[in-house]
Amino acid sequence: MRVLLSYRFLAVEMRVPPAKSNGQTEYLLEFEKPLGRLNRQIGELEAEQKRSGRDFNSQIRNLRSEYLSLLRGTYANLTPWETVQVARHPRRPLGVDYLERMVKDFVELHGDRRFADDRAIRTGFGRISQQRFVVIAQHKGRETKEKIECNFGCAQPEGYRKALRAMQLAQKFHLPILTLIDTPGAYPGIGSEERGVAEAIAVNLREMSRLRTPIMCVVIGEGGSGGALGIGVGDRIAMLEYAYYSVISPEGCAAILWKTGAKAQEAAEAMRITSRYLKALDVIDDIISEPLGGAHRDVAEMAATLERYVGRTYRELSRLTPEALLEKRYARWRRMGRHLKLQDGLPVGKP
Amino acid sequence: MTDLDAFTPWQYEPVPEGPPVRKKRELPDGLWMLCGSCQAMLYRKTVTGNLEVCPECQAHFRVGARARIGQLTDSESFEELFADIAPGDPLSFTWLGQTYAERLRKEQAKSGAIEAVITGVAYIRARRAALAVMDGDFLMGSMASAVGEKITLLIEHATANKLPLVIVCMSGGARMHEGALSLMQMGKTSAALARYDEAGGFYIALLADPTTGGTTASFAMLGDVIIAEPGALIGFAGQRVIANTIKTELPEGFQRAEFLLAHGFIDRIVPRHELRSELARLIDYCAP
Repeated sequence: MRVLLSYRFLAVEMRVPPAKSNGQTEYLLEFEKPLGRLNRQIGELEAEQKRSGRDFNSQIRNLRSEYLSLLRGTYANLTPWETVQVARHPRRPLGVDYLERMVKDFVELHGDRRFADDRAIRTGFGRISQQRFVVIAQHKGRETKEKIECNFGCAQPEGYRKALRAMQLAQKFHLPILTLIDTPGAYPGIGSEERGVAEAIAVNLREMSRLRTPIMCVVIGEGGSGGALGIGVGDRIAMLEYAYYSVISPEGCAAILWKTGAKAQEAAEAMRITSRYLKALDVIDDIISEPLGGAHRDVAEMAATLERYVGRTYRELSRLTPEALLEKRYARWRRMGRHLKLQDGLPVGKP
Repeated sequence: MTDLDAFTPWQYEPVPEGPPVRKKRELPDGLWMLCGSCQAMLYRKTVTGNLEVCPECQAHFRVGARARIGQLTDSESFEELFADIAPGDPLSFTWLGQTYAERLRKEQAKSGAIEAVITGVAYIRARRAALAVMDGDFLMGSMASAVGEKITLLIEHATANKLPLVIVCMSGGARMHEGALSLMQMGKTSAALARYDEAGGFYIALLADPTTGGTTASFAMLGDVIIAEPGALIGFAGQRVIANTIKTELPEGFQRAEFLLAHGFIDRIVPRHELRSELARLIDYCAP
């Protein structure tokens, strides 16, 4: 356990101030500090009004609208690094939050029938918008004990193998598949390598490309490299607005190219990891908008939006025959990437 | 809409065709080299004649892509395909004052290659096969858009022409400079392999030192038969990352070919001088 406690996510969690009983305290990220000032002023005025009976209503109203426009302005122009902070926000809704709010009658299926039950990936049957689904959800864990149990969302080979087992059941019973992606990456450990995490991910990529049932994938928080892609091949790939999806963590990239993890901000910028960039690059098909100020500010609304997206997308995909579905899926993945074509040694056209 | 719309390919400076450059850690005069494994002083030409294997301790040195093709295929039989697929700089990636476009140009000038993989068809002891060879010298053999595209085109070519497929993997993983586009090549190549598999194709993955990251977690681990060279480093996560995460030392031989064989993730370890006949033998058993 000592091993796991050294993990960086715990450090994040420990900085979270305890929520006050009135529920007014927000956990503010560094770039949100001006919002905190406004919030404090509003609180002070309200307290003063209560104590002295003087009327501060118009000032409070003004401050509130100032707060809202500042919030709107801040979130309309998040930098990639700020987006990463939101995606890792300690109160960001996690896989299980969506299972609880969006999926009715969830019947969890445990274990890969090979080695273990990986708690970083939850799989099972469930209903979303009245439609029966097989749902695969990565989960990072909410409090410390659960986080450790879930390995902070870092799945091991058995998690990917369990997911494949559940997805093959979906194919057998003609159920569509929804995967919710949220992981810093597959777990880098000795056991993980011994049990072939690379093989587990590779097999999932190949099999997901040919499962004869609709597959929808949504990055709800962190799309950490191969660990995310291992349940991320499908017909429609979406990201929540402030999620990120990356080939390597910004810290990892910075450590290699900038020679210091402290340059993660630059790396996040350079790798184009936000939903807007990835949509422009055709890496993802859809962006699902988040409530004002991020999913953590209104989890119920976020879950409802996601549910509508899943319902709508499923209805589109369900109109296709399995053959047409697979043809389209192949064509979708076949287009991935941007390269040049040479003619007489010189590039022609735009990739 | 975004600055990606401004993406324009940079202009290539034609790269002179030349013999592949070998970049072993050579002693200054280049005539002699030191075996990193047994510390023996070796005559360069002897090592080359011995397929880049140390004659003293049998350590397998890294081999460039062109040299590898020469070792594996019947002489003059290699016919390159998809050589016109080249990398761009789709993200306008910059770091520490360098740009990816410049870096590619430098790498291309240095190696004479356009990308980190060479694809084509060849004869292996008179058996025709589709062959991709990754080049560990080119940006660490990293996989990006053009690499994924060439490999996918080759898989599709092998599918259409009912050819056995051999991919020599030698790669540091997905290339950071193309971000998620590199990552997605894992999905693209794996989808193509699924179709090849359904068409009854026979795919041999040959893993050379090093095969890591996204390359391992896609086509490298999807061979019908997976062969590795002795001592090759094969894994998913980097050793430093693992050591930093678990805060202990890694066991001896961790992520080496012998370790994967013991854990059941590769079929065989084959010394370099037997590879060609081994491939031929396997093709005779399984080729479509």
